[in-house]
Amino acid sequence: MTRKITYGEAVRESTDQCMGSDPSVYIMGLGVPDPKGIFGTTVGLREKYGEKRVLDMPVSENGMTGIAIGSALMGMRPVMTHQRIDFMLLALDQIINNAAKWHYMFGGQMSVPLVIRLLVGQGWGQGPQHSQSLQSIFSHIPGLKVVMPFTPYDAKGLLNSSIQNDNPVIFIEHRWLHGLFGEVPEESYNVPIGRARIAKEGKDITIVSSSYMTLEALKAAGYLINDKIDAEVIDLRSVRPLDEKTIIDSVKKTGRLMVVDGAWRFLSISSEIISIVVENAFSALKVPPCKITFPDFPTPTSWALSNHYYPRAIHIINQAQELFGLPQKNEEESGFPPAGPLDVPDKSFTGPF
Amino acid sequence: MPSSKKNKNLFEGSRKELSYSLLYDMLRIRLIEEGIGDLYPEQDMRCPVHLCIGQEAIPVGVCSSLLKEDIVMGNHRSHGHYLAKGGDLKAMMAEIYGKATGCSKGMGGSMHLVDLSVNFLGTTPIVASIIPVAVGTAFASWMNNENRVTVIFLGRAATEEGVFTESLNFASLKKLPVVFVSEDNLFSVYSPLSERQPSERDNVAIAKAYGIPGARGDGNNVQTVYELAQTAVNHARAHQGPYFLELETYRWREHCGPNFDNDLGYRSENEYQEWKQRCPVGNFEKLLLDTKIIEKSQVEQMRKTILQEFEEAVDFAKSSPFLDPGEIGKNLYKEKDLNPV
Repeated sequence: MTRKITYGEAVRESTDQCMGSDPSVYIMGLGVPDPKGIFGTTVGLREKYGEKRVLDMPVSENGMTGIAIGSALMGMRPVMTHQRIDFMLLALDQIINNAAKWHYMFGGQMSVPLVIRLLVGQGWGQGPQHSQSLQSIFSHIPGLKVVMPFTPYDAKGLLNSSIQNDNPVIFIEHRWLHGLFGEVPEESYNVPIGRARIAKEGKDITIVSSSYMTLEALKAAGYLINDKIDAEVIDLRSVRPLDEKTIIDSVKKTGRLMVVDGAWRFLSISSEIISIVVENAFSALKVPPCKITFPDFPTPTSWALSNHYYPRAIHIINQAQELFGLPQKNEEESGFPPAGPLDVPDKSFTGPF
Repeated sequence: MPSSKKNKNLFEGSRKELSYSLLYDMLRIRLIEEGIGDLYPEQDMRCPVHLCIGQEAIPVGVCSSLLKEDIVMGNHRSHGHYLAKGGDLKAMMAEIYGKATGCSKGMGGSMHLVDLSVNFLGTTPIVASIIPVAVGTAFASWMNNENRVTVIFLGRAATEEGVFTESLNFASLKKLPVVFVSEDNLFSVYSPLSERQPSERDNVAIAKAYGIPGARGDGNNVQTVYELAQTAVNHARAHQGPYFLELETYRWREHCGPNFDNDLGYRSENEYQEWKQRCPVGNFEKLLLDTKIIEKSQVEQMRKTILQEFEEAVDFAKSSPFLDPGEIGKNLYKEKDLNPV
C-alpha cells in the first residue's frame, strides 16, 4: 500500500523535490522560513536549500510579486506563498497587468513561470477578510491558470505541474485540507493542469465540486445511496483551464447537474459551469441545473454563524432529494448529528488560525 | 538649474568618440520622434504615442554607460530608452504601425517595446508597475551571481506609487544591482507637481532613507547625465547595491500624441520657451561645434544618415503584413498542452 501523508506534507514534499531537481526554483513568502513554516508546508526547506532560495519577505505583496515576475523573466521559477488569499488582493496589478499578460503582449517572447500559493481560511472567526474564496476573480483573467486540488495526491502532483509550467499559476489551498491524510507516492509525479477527476462514479446526477467542497460532496454522495440516488462526483482540480469535456460527458450520462462551489453565487465558477453545460448539453438535462454556494455577502466572523453561511453535505443531500422529488430530512434525521461547533474541520483543530 | 558644467566640455580629447556618439544618439532619437510626429496625422499609427522630444539626454546619457548584457526596462514614454539601448528601429516602427514584424508582433504597440537581443526587456504604461519587475531581474542576477546591471526608467510621478518604495526597500535589503532613473518632466499627464507632491518632498532623501545613495541633476545636459550614470552603474556593478537618480527635464509635445499643447493652459508659454533654451540636443551640438570636436558638415551628415534610416524603417513598417487573425489567441500561454483534454 502506498504511503499516507497529509495534504500539507504533500505540498512540502513537492516543493522540496522541485527545488532539488531544478536550481531555478525558489520559494518566497511572509513566514516561509519561520518555525511554523506556512502550516508546515515549508518547514526545513531553508536548512536544506539555503537563505538565497528560501526567503522570508517584506510585507509588500504587490512589489514582491513584481520582483518574482522579473526574476521569472530571467529564467527563475519563483513560488510565492500567502497565508491568506485576501492579502494577495494587494498584488492584483502585478498578477493581472503583468504576470497574466507578459507572454501575450510581447508577442510570445518571454513567459512568467510563477506559482502563487494562496490559502483560503474558513471558520474559527476568520471573518470577512481572512476567508474569501476568490477563484472566480483569478479564473476570469486570460493568461492565468488556476488550480485548487482536494486530495493530498493531487496537491503534490499539481504543485509539481504548476512549478514546471511556463505560465503563472494560482495554486489555491483550502486551510481545512492541510491535515487531510491520503495516499501519496514518494517519488515525483505530475497531475496535469486542466484535467478534472471523477472522484466517485455514478449514473443519476453529476455533482461538480472543487477543493474542500469535494469532501462535502463525497459525504453527500455516500449518503444519497440510501435514497437510491447514485451520484457522480467530479473533482475539478483545475478551474482554469476548465475540463469542460469531463463535465459535459458526465451530464450527458446522468441528465442532472448540481455544482457545489465554495464561493459566492453571483458570477461564480458554478455559474460558468452551468452556462457551459446548458450551451453544450441542454438536451441531456432532465431537470434544470442547480448550484450550491455561499450566500452573496461577506463571511460573518462569529463562530455561531458559521452554520448559517457555509454549505455542507446536508445541503447537497437536500438539494438532490428535491431534484428527485424525495422528502428532505434535516441533519439529525439523516444521521449527521452535529458533533459540535461547525467552525472547525474536526475536533483536532483548536485554532488560532 | 545646475549650470556649472554648461560651457565646459568634459569629453574633449580621448573621449571625442564618446562625444560624437552621444550627439548622434540624441539627434537620432530627436529626428525619429519628430518623424513619428509628422507621420502620425496620416492615421496609420493607430496607437497612443508618448514622444520624448526634449528629454533625449537621459536615455542616451544613461544607456551610454551600460554594457550590452545590462538590462533596461521602461514605461509608456520609452521610444528613447529603447533606441538608446540599441533596440531595432524597424521593429519599433512596425510595432507602432501594429504589424506582425513589430518587436511585439503588433500585440503591444508603442507602450510595449522589447528587444531581447540587446536586453531591453520591456516597457509598460501602468505607472510604476514595472519598477518591481525590473528589480526582479536584478534579483535574478544577484541570485545567479551575474555581473549585469538593471536600469529602470520611471517618470517622477511613479515615485508616488507605493510599489516604488516597496521596490527601493527590497533592492536595498538585498543590495541588488539596479539603478532607478526618475525623469522629472514636471507633469503627470497635465497634473503639475504642485498638485501631487509637497514642495518639501525630496526623492533623493527618500532613497537615502532606504540606504540607497543617489543624486539629482540636470537631465538636459547629456554630460551631467553621463557622469551621474557612470557613478550609479559602477556602484551597482561593484555589488554595492542600488542607486537612485532623479533628472530634471521637460517634454515639449503633448502628453500623448504628436502635437504641441501649450494652448491648453496647463503650462505657460514662458515656461516652455525657457526649457526650449535648455534643449539637450541643440546645446550639446553647439558645444561640440564651439569646441571644434565636430564640424557642421558632420552634423549634416548625421542628420542625413538618420533620416535615411528612419525612412527605411517606415517603409519596412508600412509594407509589413499584419498578424494573421487566426493567430490572435496563439500567445496566451507558453506551451504545447493548450487543449487540456
